[in-house]
Amino acid sequence: MRTAITLIPLLPLAGFLVNVLVGKRLRAMSAWLAVAAVTASFALSVAAFLRLAADPTPITFSLYDWIPVGHFSAPMGILVDRLTTVMLLVVTGVGSIIHLYSVGYMHGDPRYSRFFAYMNLFAALMLVLVMADNYLVMFLGWEGVGLCSYLLIGFWFERPFNGGTTNDAARKAFVVNRIGDFGFLVGLFLLWTTTGSLGFAQVQRAAGAGIFSTTLVTAITILLFVGATGKSAQIPLYVWLPDAMAGPTPVSALIHAATMVTAGVYMVARSHFLYDLAPISQSVVLWIGAATAIFAATMGTAQNDIKKILAYSTISQLGYMFMGVGCGAYAAGIFHLVTHAFFKALLFLGAGAAMHALHDELDISNMGGLRKRLPLVFWTFLIGGLALSGFPFTAGFFSKDEILAQVFATGRIEAWAVGVAAAGITAFYTFRLIFLAFFGEYRGGVEHPHRPGPTMAAPLVVLAALSILGGYLQVPRVVNAFSGYLAPVVGGEQATLALNVEAALMLGTFVLVLVGIAGAWLLYVRRPVTAEAIAAEPGGLMGVIRHKWYVDEIYAAVIVDPIRWTSRTVLWRVVDDWVIHGFLVQFVGGLLWKSVGFVVSFWQTGRIGTYAFGMVLGVLMLLWLLV
Amino acid sequence: MIPTQHIIVLAMILFAIGATGMLLRRNAILMLMSVELMLNAANVGIVGFARMRGDLAGQVYVLFVMTVAAAEVAIGLALFMAIFRTRRTVDTDRIDLLRW
Repeated sequence: MRTAITLIPLLPLAGFLVNVLVGKRLRAMSAWLAVAAVTASFALSVAAFLRLAADPTPITFSLYDWIPVGHFSAPMGILVDRLTTVMLLVVTGVGSIIHLYSVGYMHGDPRYSRFFAYMNLFAALMLVLVMADNYLVMFLGWEGVGLCSYLLIGFWFERPFNGGTTNDAARKAFVVNRIGDFGFLVGLFLLWTTTGSLGFAQVQRAAGAGIFSTTLVTAITILLFVGATGKSAQIPLYVWLPDAMAGPTPVSALIHAATMVTAGVYMVARSHFLYDLAPISQSVVLWIGAATAIFAATMGTAQNDIKKILAYSTISQLGYMFMGVGCGAYAAGIFHLVTHAFFKALLFLGAGAAMHALHDELDISNMGGLRKRLPLVFWTFLIGGLALSGFPFTAGFFSKDEILAQVFATGRIEAWAVGVAAAGITAFYTFRLIFLAFFGEYRGGVEHPHRPGPTMAAPLVVLAALSILGGYLQVPRVVNAFSGYLAPVVGGEQATLALNVEAALMLGTFVLVLVGIAGAWLLYVRRPVTAEAIAAEPGGLMGVIRHKWYVDEIYAAVIVDPIRWTSRTVLWRVVDDWVIHGFLVQFVGGLLWKSVGFVVSFWQTGRIGTYAFGMVLGVLMLLWLLV
Repeated sequence: MIPTQHIIVLAMILFAIGATGMLLRRNAILMLMSVELMLNAANVGIVGFARMRGDLAGQVYVLFVMTVAAAEVAIGLALFMAIFRTRRTVDTDRIDLLRW
């Protein structure tokens, strides 16, 4: 089992190396190699899952001593417990599906093999992240996937995007992530100074032994959560995710929907023993999740770029996951992580199929009527949309309602209300997208949209099936497979509700979802819509929402521009030019040194007599000192 | 019996003469002669101490020192011969090619 587990991240890593070194020569094979690597990891992950389903004892071992420095030791350690296996299955499973899809989607790209190299590297690093047994190795994976995100967002670096290049978007993602990582690191430092170790097991023992004062553990958990807001795109560090849509659609599906952005949720769940000690941090997590859920949902209603709508949707759904883990319902949060991976990947891949068919058209004002032209895409996209909206009997329904029920059960009624409202808005923007893109008359100019080939169609079908069936792992009162599976790791459910209360909650949410869908129907199907009407700038509140509440502009004005100004005027002109160059180089290095040197040079007479005199003087001084 | 102090004092006086000679002279050959004088003063001192301690090993050391001194003077003279060929002088005040 240990070899199998070690191979799980190593196979994609090998795929990366092969593709980087000889990818160009392999051409089409390079893609299949990458697909094979991730699929093999998936098979091994299934094996690990079966082992842990039979026996919940975690498998933990150390590969080698990574950083042994004095008192500090960070082994390259692996921990595979039930939580890990869930993440493994999601990463490798959805990852394989998306790799397969990419074979068709990226066909013909000049840097085909490089794409698959990066995707494999991402998979390897994400697996390192979820299989780590200590915070430092997790951070290694954390940073690594951030790097791959940068590489993949900026993959088409020649393309212009949003007034800049895709590289600007990639840099934005990396820098914003870095800000979060700073908080994460400070949290790690605090952890280490308190417990002397960064291993999960050791910290868990320390937490149980009561080493942490409440203020300390609150500080640590909040700092770790800052890292999570960066990686998982929550308020205030979500701004990179919509821009990350500059990358190829499979990248958006894999990294910015199913896996990398879920790393923050995983981290909080993994650190449950810390968060359980800090109720204040849990409230912070809960409320930021709730706020993000509704805030991002509003922004999704006014966008016309199909991928941007899905991006805001992802941010919003991540908010739900944090609501789950924030109220102590770790299993519920992870459950939504899993179902969201299914239906969000499906939606992105479907969007990609539609874009591909219409020659990379992103704007829904130029779509319409695709229901008839791309039926497979339509039906799978519809299933994904229903799951996203939390329509009953889809996977999204079970996971979202589980979270809302748990939030309500732990007494956070206000947060629950926010979550329900956001669910209504979610249904609205989802169906706005579906109605505008797939219903009505086609408003674009492409004569014959070409339907997706088998490598792109099969993933859509598989994900659609999972988006329906995946929810049945956790049906309240009936099937507790999911939470039961995770119980040995993260503890059982927080609270149980009376059956009628829970049914009432579900009904209430369902009603709101129907209202959202109906609203979208009335606005976008009953009334005829033209391309101009969709593309037109709405006034007033909707205009502000369309401009993403001007958050990017506010950040630019308040943070980015002052930093740039400081760098340019103060640091560059004053410090660099005046102080370092003007003073140190020109004066001290030039004038001062030259004058001192000039004076001292008189000692060098070149005459032996002078030197002999110096020697005698020296000896006399030594003798005097010694005697 | 001559007391050992006399020998040591003699050695010190010779050394002082040699040292001042080396510092004050301009002629390179005379500087070398002063260096020789210093070395031999040291020899006298060693012999005196050997006598005091009754250990003949000191006199053996003196032989070593004399050999080295001879070799050193030979090289020094060769160097100044070479310099004389180009500079036509052995006045050390004039030989300042290594001046800044």
